[in-house]
Order: sequence, then C-alpha cells, then structure tokens
Amino acid sequence: MTLPLFPMAEDPGSNFAQLLRRMSGEPHYAEPHPGGAAGAGAPNRLPGVAHGTTIVALRSSAGIVMAGDRRATEGHSIAHRGIEKVFPADRYSAVAIAGAAGPAVEMVRLFQTQLEHYEKVEGTTLSLEGKANQLAQMVRANLPLAMEGLVVVPLFAGYDERRRDGRIFSFDVTGGRYEELDFHATGSGGRDAKNTIKLGFRPDLSEEEAVQLAVRALYEAADEDSATGGPDPIRGIYPVVAVVDEDGYRRLSDEAVAERFSALLEEGRYRPDRSADATSASEHGSQPS
Amino acid sequence: MSMPFYVAPEQVMKDRAEYAQKGIARGRALVAAVYDRGILIVAENPSRTLHKISEIYDRVAFAGVGKYNEFDQLRVAGVRHADTKGFSYSREDVDARSLANLYAQYLGQVFTHEMKPLEVEILVAELGRDATSHQLYHIAYDGTVVDEVGFACLGGDADTITARLSASYREDCSLAEAVQHCVEALAGPDRTLGSGELEAAVLEEGPDRRAFRRLGNGELAELLGEGGETEPAGATGEG
Repeated sequence: MTLPLFPMAEDPGSNFAQLLRRMSGEPHYAEPHPGGAAGAGAPNRLPGVAHGTTIVALRSSAGIVMAGDRRATEGHSIAHRGIEKVFPADRYSAVAIAGAAGPAVEMVRLFQTQLEHYEKVEGTTLSLEGKANQLAQMVRANLPLAMEGLVVVPLFAGYDERRRDGRIFSFDVTGGRYEELDFHATGSGGRDAKNTIKLGFRPDLSEEEAVQLAVRALYEAADEDSATGGPDPIRGIYPVVAVVDEDGYRRLSDEAVAERFSALLEEGRYRPDRSADATSASEHGSQPS
Repeated sequence: MSMPFYVAPEQVMKDRAEYAQKGIARGRALVAAVYDRGILIVAENPSRTLHKISEIYDRVAFAGVGKYNEFDQLRVAGVRHADTKGFSYSREDVDARSLANLYAQYLGQVFTHEMKPLEVEILVAELGRDATSHQLYHIAYDGTVVDEVGFACLGGDADTITARLSASYREDCSLAEAVQHCVEALAGPDRTLGSGELEAAVLEEGPDRRAFRRLGNGELAELLGEGGETEPAGATGEG
C-alpha cells in the first residue's frame, strides 16, 4: 500500500466514489455504465434477494422524523426480521432505503463515507441540497442493476442549517430527485403509510406528534401490506424511528418506540371490538343485522 | 557534452536537510500533549480558515508545520487512505501507525530521490482506548519517525519548546492546564499568545464516534483564562 497521491489531472478531489475508482480501477457507483444492461423482459424480482419494504419521512416544526419497519422479504417469505432501513447520513441528515437490501445498504455506506470524506477534505459540510444531489447520482449509477430488478429507492431528509428547517427529498430509479413539501413514504407499504400521514398531517406538528404519526403510518402499512413488519413485542423488535432537528440526528430507543405503539393500541381504535362482534355473532349463530 | 560535477552523497543529504530545516524554521511551531481525557494539539496560527490541525478519521488526527501546500497535500492523502481503508475493511481497522509508516515512506522517498525535499514536519495522533495507549507519531522531513510519549513539539524552535514543556508537563493534567502549559511553552518567557493567534483541537472520548473536535476561539479564551479583555491581540510579539 502506498500513500494515495495523484497527478493533478487525475486527482479525484473530494469525491469518494471517484477516489475508489482511481484506487481500485474497478467501476463503482456514480459512474453510469454507458448503454447499460437494458433489461427487456428481465425478471422483476431476482429470487433469493432480500427486499426492504416501508419507509416514511415527515416534517415537524422542529425538523424531520424518519421511520422504517424492520422486515426484509425474499419473495413471499420473510428473509430478516431485524434489518435496519433508516441510517444517519451525517450529523444533520438521515437516509432510509427501500428495495433490494444488498445494493441499498452498500449505497448508504458509500453515501455516508462520501459526506464525511467531503467534510474532511474540504473542511466544510455540503449543503443539504448538495447531499441530496450526491445521493441522486448514486441512485442513477445503480440504474443498470435496477433494470435487472435490483431497484433501490432511498428517501433522504435532514435539517437544513442554513434555512433552519427540515427538508425531505425523494428519488426515482433514474436518479430523479424531488423535494417533497411535507411528507413522503415509499416501499411496498408506502401507499398505506402515505395515506395515513396525509390524513393526520398538519404543518405545525410538534416533534412528538410527528413521531406518533410516523408510528401510526407504519402500523397501518404493516396492517395492509404483507411485506411490511409491524411491532414485534415477542422478539423485542420495533421499527426504527429517528428525528433530525437543530441538535442533529437522534434515534429513538426501542423502549420509546414500543411505548408509542402501546399508546396507539390503547387508543381504542385497534381494540378487537369488531372481532368481538364476530365472536358474539357466531356464538348466537346468526348474522349481525 | 558537459559532465556534471561530482558531489559527495553526504554533501547532497546535508544540503537537502539544511534546505528543509530552513523552510520549516520559517513557519511557526506546534505542540501536542496527552491530558487526562485525550490528546490536545495547539498550533500558533493566526488564520481561522487555513488549518494546521485536522481530522483524519474517527480517532486519528493530523497536524503539520512548514509549507502549507505541502502538508495539506499530505493531509488529504491521509484522509483518502483512512476513508478507503475504513470503507473496504471496517472502521476499527484504521489506525495511526500504518498511516505514519506510509507518510514516512513517502517523505523518505522524496528526500532521497527528488530535487527538493518536502519542507514539512507532521504529526499523526491516535486516541487510545485507555490513557496509556494514546499514540503520537512525529515524522520529520526526511522520513524519520519518532513515537513520542506524553507530548510532541514540531517546528523550527522545537528543541527549546520541548525543554520548556517538559518542565511543566504532567500526563494527568486537565484540558485547561494542558492548554495553558502548551501555550506558555509555545510563547516562551518573553511574549504571550492570545486565543486569536492560536489554533487548537482535541481528540477526546465522547458520545460521538468521531473524537476530533476543534476548540473555538471562545472556548480557547476561556481555557486560557482570558477574562474580560477579549480584544484581538494583534500587537503582541511575532515569532
């Protein structure tokens, strides 16, 4: 191993993905393959590949809240019960992933390293928008893999120190980057989660209220979508809930998340009164009128 | 065709060493010292933005004296080495010793084979898991590595600063005491250095995995006990 010094024309600057390429000679993320492997008739989901499912992000008055369930699926079976999909990207931002777990986790690792690398080399942090653009480039570089079924769709959110406000960015497989107004959810249960947030959202939600809403959204998603995991008190596995505000990234403890879920269940809406109806109906051997 | 004059290798090395030493002596000095909760690095540096002390990795810091462009290039190479190593293996596998060896190899190579040696002296510091395992590697312009114990002084006037600091230094002192001793040693008996002329950073165990933290002007002034008189000390003696 030698000291990584480069001639001026080949210097990768503060770009870590480019540095990796210069050092190993092998193509990595952030360099789209020219032409790409167009997957006409490619399988939609490769067998034996773990997929992550539901992630949500919403704004609160203090910043943002991001949450993700813990399940990974391979086809119709559960591949992992404890996988994590919400990560700190750096001190003031978070990234969550849905899609093929392998490339997604690798993308997050590269993204985290890239942000820290930039900060150390340049002596200053990237703007929140700059970070979102970096991630968009990585998503686009994954397009050839996406065409073969290994789709990775991240969600990026953080506290913009310059604007003093939380911001959320969503992406599509082509690297399209879209800033969301107030909330977003993706993954297989994303639709149900998004609808839940839509119904409960107000622009002035406190951080605590936003956490509650995120937890409820994941609960609803798990209720409707078989690939989304709900709270698992038997194994002690709960969704990851993180907040980012002016104090930075903070992940809620499992106990704190468990409390939110039990509060949700005690509200009454989820009490088994309907099935109680059904039982009483069957006991009486008649249909409820 | 003209034949080059024969110059004895001893003379070549001597000339190069002299050249590098002169370049380094033009700049201002830097000290690093172990204190009760980590490692403190203090440099005489009037610039707020062109740093002599920087973060390399979670528990590794870099400091350089001499020609800015030359040590900054080494700093960036260090960050690249650490980040690629941490990315391809694990964060725990990044250490100061292997980086210090790479720096030493490179500096030695340049010193013997290139026209001009690098006019720098650098320090690679690693925060240990306990008080006895901190590491300070002092690498000279010719690639000589010294594994310093307790504290290290870099720069033109290093010998006198070392003498001054070894008189006052204790390994179990607090951060405030360490700052005061280091600054006094840097300044010498004839002048005082204000927080505005200093750059300081620590590697300190904390909740964050990144142990590197810069001491801002305010914090540094407080540690130095600069009460009330917060005038920018521009008129004090220059080194």
